[in-house]
Amino acid sequence: MKYQEYTVSPHNFEECTKCTVCTVYCPVLEVNPLYPGPKQAGPDGERLRLKDPAFFDAALKYCLNCKRCEVACPSGVKVADLIQSARLKYDHSPIKLRDRILASTDFMGKMVRPIAPVANLVTGMGVTKTALDAILAIDRHRSFPKYSGRSFEFWLNRQRKEQAAFPQQVAYFHGCYVNYNYPQLGKDLVKVLNALGVGVQLLDKEKCCGIALITNKMTKEATAHATHNVAVLEKAVEKGLKIVTTSSTCTLTLRDEYPELLGVDNSAVRDSVLLASRFIYEKLEQGAALPFRKDFHKKIAYHTPCHMEKLGWGVFSEKLLRMIPGVEFTLLDSACCGIAGTYGFKKENYKTSQAIGEPLFENIRTVNPDVVACDCETCKWQIEMSTGYPVQNPISILADALE
Amino acid sequence: MRFDTVIIGGGLTGLVAGIRLQKAGQNTAIVSSGQNALHFFSGSFESFGEPTRELADLFSEAGIHLHYKEGVRLMPMGTFRPSALSLEDISLFPKPQFGKKVLLVNIVGYHDFFSSFIAQGLEEAGMDVRIRFLNLTEMGIKAPGEMRSVQLARTLDRNWEKVVQEVRLLLKDDDTVILPQVFGLQDASIPGRIRQSLPAQVVFAGTLPPSVPGIRTLHLLKHRYGVLGGTYLMGDEVVQAHLYEGVVHSVVTKNLGQHYLEAGTFILATGSFFSKGLSSTPEKVYEPIFGADVSFLPDRNGWYNPSFAEKQPYIGFGVCTDGDLRVLKDGAPLSNLYAAGSILGATHPELGTGAGMCLRSALKAADSILSGPVPSHSDNSPCHSDNSPCHSEQSEESVESQA
Repeated sequence: MKYQEYTVSPHNFEECTKCTVCTVYCPVLEVNPLYPGPKQAGPDGERLRLKDPAFFDAALKYCLNCKRCEVACPSGVKVADLIQSARLKYDHSPIKLRDRILASTDFMGKMVRPIAPVANLVTGMGVTKTALDAILAIDRHRSFPKYSGRSFEFWLNRQRKEQAAFPQQVAYFHGCYVNYNYPQLGKDLVKVLNALGVGVQLLDKEKCCGIALITNKMTKEATAHATHNVAVLEKAVEKGLKIVTTSSTCTLTLRDEYPELLGVDNSAVRDSVLLASRFIYEKLEQGAALPFRKDFHKKIAYHTPCHMEKLGWGVFSEKLLRMIPGVEFTLLDSACCGIAGTYGFKKENYKTSQAIGEPLFENIRTVNPDVVACDCETCKWQIEMSTGYPVQNPISILADALE
Repeated sequence: MRFDTVIIGGGLTGLVAGIRLQKAGQNTAIVSSGQNALHFFSGSFESFGEPTRELADLFSEAGIHLHYKEGVRLMPMGTFRPSALSLEDISLFPKPQFGKKVLLVNIVGYHDFFSSFIAQGLEEAGMDVRIRFLNLTEMGIKAPGEMRSVQLARTLDRNWEKVVQEVRLLLKDDDTVILPQVFGLQDASIPGRIRQSLPAQVVFAGTLPPSVPGIRTLHLLKHRYGVLGGTYLMGDEVVQAHLYEGVVHSVVTKNLGQHYLEAGTFILATGSFFSKGLSSTPEKVYEPIFGADVSFLPDRNGWYNPSFAEKQPYIGFGVCTDGDLRVLKDGAPLSNLYAAGSILGATHPELGTGAGMCLRSALKAADSILSGPVPSHSDNSPCHSDNSPCHSEQSEESVESQA
């Protein structure tokens, strides 16, 4: 009997049994009384919106898109997708200049990179932060990530030949953060993969995954990015390459947000997009070995980013870190750090953002690690700003632990 | 990824079995597709007799304190039900009357606690009841945005002393105070501290879901499982099993895809219809992962009782096992697959026996696994249900038999 295949509602919303479990796990509902919560904003609201779009509630903008409601739902309802789709479909309010700036991560990267030292100095100044706060409503507590003078693509391009010499090859979707802000993470990945006999290639001109465009409801731009990226990923997959990533959010966007929220078909590439920690874990499981240092000692607390929780792949980063000799490992209780990409940069969300993260920050202070490990760049900014503890991607920790 | 045992289902059954196996030195994983029935937990494991030392220790090591007394407990609708083994929150009485003068406290704006039903029930049992409402705003407590049990509990965990003060002012010559079960979400000691701080007997009465004591119990068990080294895969779902000659080799999950979970033994603890451990078509009831034999009434008209509160035959449907809880498929036991919890179909919700059955069968399955793989084809007790024959599923699509 296959008739159920034909009766699946968008984002499974008719599967909702109104059990209220999602409301227990929404980090926003806990701290912001203006947000109606995932059940009301998601399946309950959808029922009304289908009758009349006038039922769309502007308060849906308070949703973090953390997906914790989806992870918790016993009935498989894609609650967060329902909420984000409704925002893309029904929220016709003009997009603020600030949101455009925050969302255009690769455009900003391209513009700022040539003048990185000046830009870093200027954005770091108190007077600039005050001005951004007053004029653009970007909260003054936030620091913009520093820009790197040389892009990661530039660095990897220079050693194309050396990389091509390795017996196995992967393509790396590095994302904006590695390319413009923190090429070191990309270099760390190359170091670890090379140690496993794997060479790293660039994709044929990737664009930003577009998650910030989606959450700032710039649908047209996001769809253009998705279509472009799926095409370059397809090219790589046709060559028999796996695509590795180092950001959990880019990964979730490439795999799930494209088809679910933008309607972009990624079925030819979805299974080939793997977080580096999963790729490396699988190599080791198949018998490969890494040359670990003997004098490595680190107390590491691992934070599972929300989108990693949704991917269900935190287990790979966790097991990989536990494998490193000399590591004292603690798994932090699963909790949202509150920043959710561009969300926490907005002045109106600053207080909510910090209140959401507080239990996690408290947990980190109690564990008192040498370093917090996590696979998400914006979690890194938030945790470093709010706790003072350094945060590293598991891949960078792995690279440090190698001879 | 390989484990000693993979447990499919992360509710009470899966966690108790997982903790038991981890304590015995096994390396296990739990796959949990969404949250579970502990969100609807009354706080009482009714059908369970006096707990063994092992069970009491298992819970107290997790920070959960149980008490045992054969008696009755107060139900959310003002009636009484026989109960014994319970969380400490739950008051157990020798008879359905526990005081002469009762102060029943509710909260303004909270719609999930039916004080007038309770009052009527208690008055019929011969008690004198006064209902009084607390106004959180007037008490200087910022009420949560959404007035549900969990949101209230988060607020009241920080403000329970103010509630105690206010209740003291309301108390006259009452010998008993009834409060809604919205205390002690994060801190299990709060209900006990409230009891000590009031000069009357304090009874906590159930609310509509989500259940505050149930969620606290879940978090404590889950935390304990993690401390013991268990791997909890949240929000993932087993979609396929690989069998060969009556042995389960591995399972495939939605999130891990081609990365199979392999194990020596497996426990099927996926629950009943609500959590999709069992599914149905108009003609049959089936178990979707392994195509296990299921006992159900062939005549669909016999599945339901039109009177909602009466015994519902479909709840008694479940997978068939042998005496060691090994799952039967095509009439023969799979040698390394055990079933436990609500999927056994042996519970009677009208008697409230669900949680007790989960405990019993979880421990039984774990003990069967620990006592070693001794296939006993001799003692196949055909079914749990007295009246429903077992049905074999000859070809179930999700099962891939490797020829």
